Amino acid sequence: MVTKTLDQPLKAAQYKTELHPDWCPGCGDFGIINAIQQSLAELQMPPWETYLISGVGCSGKTPHYINVYGSHTLHGRSLPYALGAKLANPKLTVVAAGGDGDGYGIGAGHFMHAGRRNVDLTYVVFDNEVYGLTKGQASPTLKIGEQPKSLPLPHISQGVDPLALALTSGYTFIARSYAYDAKHLKNTLCAAIQHKGMALVNVLQPCPTYNDLRTKEFFAETLEQDGFQVPRVYYLTEDGYDGQVKNPQDTQEVNQKRQAAFERMSRIEDRVALGVFYQIQLPTYDELLKKNLPLLNQYAPVDIPYFDQDMNATTDLSSAQDAFVV
Amino acid sequence: MSGKTDISWMIGGPQGSGVDSSATLFSRAMTAAGYWIFGKREYHSNIKGKHSYFQVRVKNEPVLSNVDPVHLLATFESTTAEIHAHEIVDGGALIYDPKVTKPEELEMSKSVVLFPLNYDELIQQMADETGQHVTKLAIMKNVISVAASLALLGVDLSAIEDALKGLFTGRRAKLVQSNVQVAKKAYDAIMQVAGWDTFAFKMAAPTNPPAKGSRLVINGAASCGLGKLKAGCRFQTYYSITPAVDECIFLEEHPEFGTVVFQAEDELAAVNMAISAGTTGIRASTSTSGPGFCLMAEGLGWAGISEVPVVVFDYQRGGPSTGLPTRNEQGDLLFAIFGGHSDVPKIVISPGDMHEAFEDSFNAFNFADRYQTLVVVLPEKQLANSTQSIVPFDDKALKIDRGQIVEADKDYREGDVERGIQKYPRYQVTESGVSPRPLPGTPGKIFWMTGDEHTEFGHITEKPEIRMAQHEKRMRKLDLAAKEIPLDLQYKLYGPENADLTIVSWGANKGPILDGMKVLSSEHKLTVNFLHIRLMCPFPADGVAKILKNAKRVLTMESNFSGQLAQLITMRTGIQIPHQVVKYTGRPISETEVVAASLKVHQEKTERVVLTYGH
Repeated sequence: MVTKTLDQPLKAAQYKTELHPDWCPGCGDFGIINAIQQSLAELQMPPWETYLISGVGCSGKTPHYINVYGSHTLHGRSLPYALGAKLANPKLTVVAAGGDGDGYGIGAGHFMHAGRRNVDLTYVVFDNEVYGLTKGQASPTLKIGEQPKSLPLPHISQGVDPLALALTSGYTFIARSYAYDAKHLKNTLCAAIQHKGMALVNVLQPCPTYNDLRTKEFFAETLEQDGFQVPRVYYLTEDGYDGQVKNPQDTQEVNQKRQAAFERMSRIEDRVALGVFYQIQLPTYDELLKKNLPLLNQYAPVDIPYFDQDMNATTDLSSAQDAFVV
Repeated sequence: MSGKTDISWMIGGPQGSGVDSSATLFSRAMTAAGYWIFGKREYHSNIKGKHSYFQVRVKNEPVLSNVDPVHLLATFESTTAEIHAHEIVDGGALIYDPKVTKPEELEMSKSVVLFPLNYDELIQQMADETGQHVTKLAIMKNVISVAASLALLGVDLSAIEDALKGLFTGRRAKLVQSNVQVAKKAYDAIMQVAGWDTFAFKMAAPTNPPAKGSRLVINGAASCGLGKLKAGCRFQTYYSITPAVDECIFLEEHPEFGTVVFQAEDELAAVNMAISAGTTGIRASTSTSGPGFCLMAEGLGWAGISEVPVVVFDYQRGGPSTGLPTRNEQGDLLFAIFGGHSDVPKIVISPGDMHEAFEDSFNAFNFADRYQTLVVVLPEKQLANSTQSIVPFDDKALKIDRGQIVEADKDYREGDVERGIQKYPRYQVTESGVSPRPLPGTPGKIFWMTGDEHTEFGHITEKPEIRMAQHEKRMRKLDLAAKEIPLDLQYKLYGPENADLTIVSWGANKGPILDGMKVLSSEHKLTVNFLHIRLMCPFPADGVAKILKNAKRVLTMESNFSGQLAQLITMRTGIQIPHQVVKYTGRPISETEVVAASLKVHQEKTERVVLTYGH
């Protein structure tokens, strides 16, 4: 039974646990958990109907600091856990969270396939370009040629562009935000959670201990562009960009929006765009599943009855067994 | 009319040519005629072209296994006879297409009776009568071989019509008539061949034939699938792998139950999705085979430490690595018990036949819920792909056990925020080891799960005293399971209490051993009993030790190289088993081999017998 009315408004503080995060001082993760708590409060998500699922790494500890049902799972597996929970009980609001190593490294296969499924989930990735918990090795998003102070030698693998990967994998909501832009991050998370389908929010997040390249100062810098001083970080909406597909049946519009998104999400230039690059409303996996399994129009999978009050198993097997009768 | 009460029939052909369908038709026809069948299916890891065969044994009473000899070999191309003709017994018969098979070139007994069958001519006649093109009718070779076989065995043609009606239903029902028509032609054609009426292996009329519609002709994969459905499993994940995929497809073919069958991107996703689904309260399972099971090891550790009910089926096949992908082995026993780092409270069960497959599949979910942990079920390819006529599963009095689930407080009022946001000590340390479990979605019972060691609320801790308390609590659940799981589900001693020879085995070797015991007793005057072990973890050490200590001479019989059950018994009981019979060709142990190996151990005191029969 999904709660419809609450007897009092939920406050952000009620989404906090009594635990103090053990992240380093100045870690971008603090900004992200605050924004998660704020967004859940803004959407008035009942904590008991919310399920936050993480992988392993610094960000893996996130559920322990947020007062909703939480699962701190295996390295790279937050998405399979999120899919399993959401498909079994679609009444839950399921949010997956994890680091860039977790999602784009050891969990990259799941990242791609989650896009194909368009399950109604939100995936928040803490992207700081390093594996912090094991002392700062390069993560899949670190660019080639770079050498944060934790690396003994310059990095000679290409960095992956997770947003472009999400676009080609089928994610239906693709956004980038920044850990210290509290308002933008909160609003983006709200939009992602409200989006019906698979949503990715890639959050740029300074690691003050190991990544001395992507610091708070780096993101706050201004750059010279065409003779003007411009901030490094800017919002897509500033120049009227709109990544939302208005008519998913209009293949021309879809193609245009995909191409525009691909151009804008790239981080080849020095400036960093924040916002929703692409959004499209397509049938969710859950909706398609109901077509294949009509019983799910009546029950969530977890609620399909199979025993009575006396705990007798009540499933009538005849439809499956009759074919074997001789 | 007198006749045989136990014959072995075989059909073979290239994969994709309908060998399976022929065997299914034959099995159902013989069952419809009042007999009992047991069949094994052997095939390559290949889609089309390589040799496959199906061997079906027919008896006048319930039959649990195959024998090695063949009484009637049905072929429609040349390879099957080249490979299997030597297995035909003296006085047995070969049905063949004289256009492609030259009997004089075959290595076989001189007394084999030859039954040439002009397949092309029969199919041409059908083409002329129906107006269809011969290429469309080529598949009828299968019905032709089966009908010819029935004629030789002295079984009435009506049995094939019964079988066809059962197989072709709904939109395919119109196929019955033409198939019956061609079957009749084949039946008549055989009766034109000299020697058909004197064939030495005609079946005696069935004694007390069971009523029509009173039995199932079913394989192990479907038996497991039915058990899962009955248990309420409504969430199944898998990554395609032979032979586990058969069960997954069976579940997918029945959308009416609402079961979410999810084909995941790999076994890592498959197992972790099932575990996560398990946290929501749904009865969740994943099915795989050896290589996929290896990939799942990390996830199983998480289910163990987070105390999540989940059921994992490992349909064992030949290994290591890709090994023999479509062949039989019991090679995963020790891995199923010990695979994964550290100590995990894990229940491992292995069914021995169709009824046990149904029952264990059902019980696995009760155990998973009751002990809040992972249950591994270990069938083999042998069980999954064997076909048997059986009395239907008794599913009338089955009880569901959900274990301890915490609901919202009785006086909780919907929308009460203050109470709704309360947390709950999910991992309370209890005497039994089982802690009441809330499900996400329950107001006021918020908790956390983690693969790290954790407090009662599920938060990370590294405090030694909490680590000890939680680790001990989890492992205690195994003691509870060992105490509570009924003994007859743990192990069973078949045969007399005192015997010359005690065979210890597990899994689907049960069938050939039980059948073999009868032969050993009736033909060789050797008293044999048989200890079949089903609960592998927690291991029923006391019960097994008691039986072994009373036994005169003990041998283990297993389908793996190293005698994994023998090792497990030594580890758990300290008892060394003096004789081992093993088979690791990838083919199942037959009744014939059980008899021969038992006699060898009994007479020659052989320490290690390696079985090799079968193509």
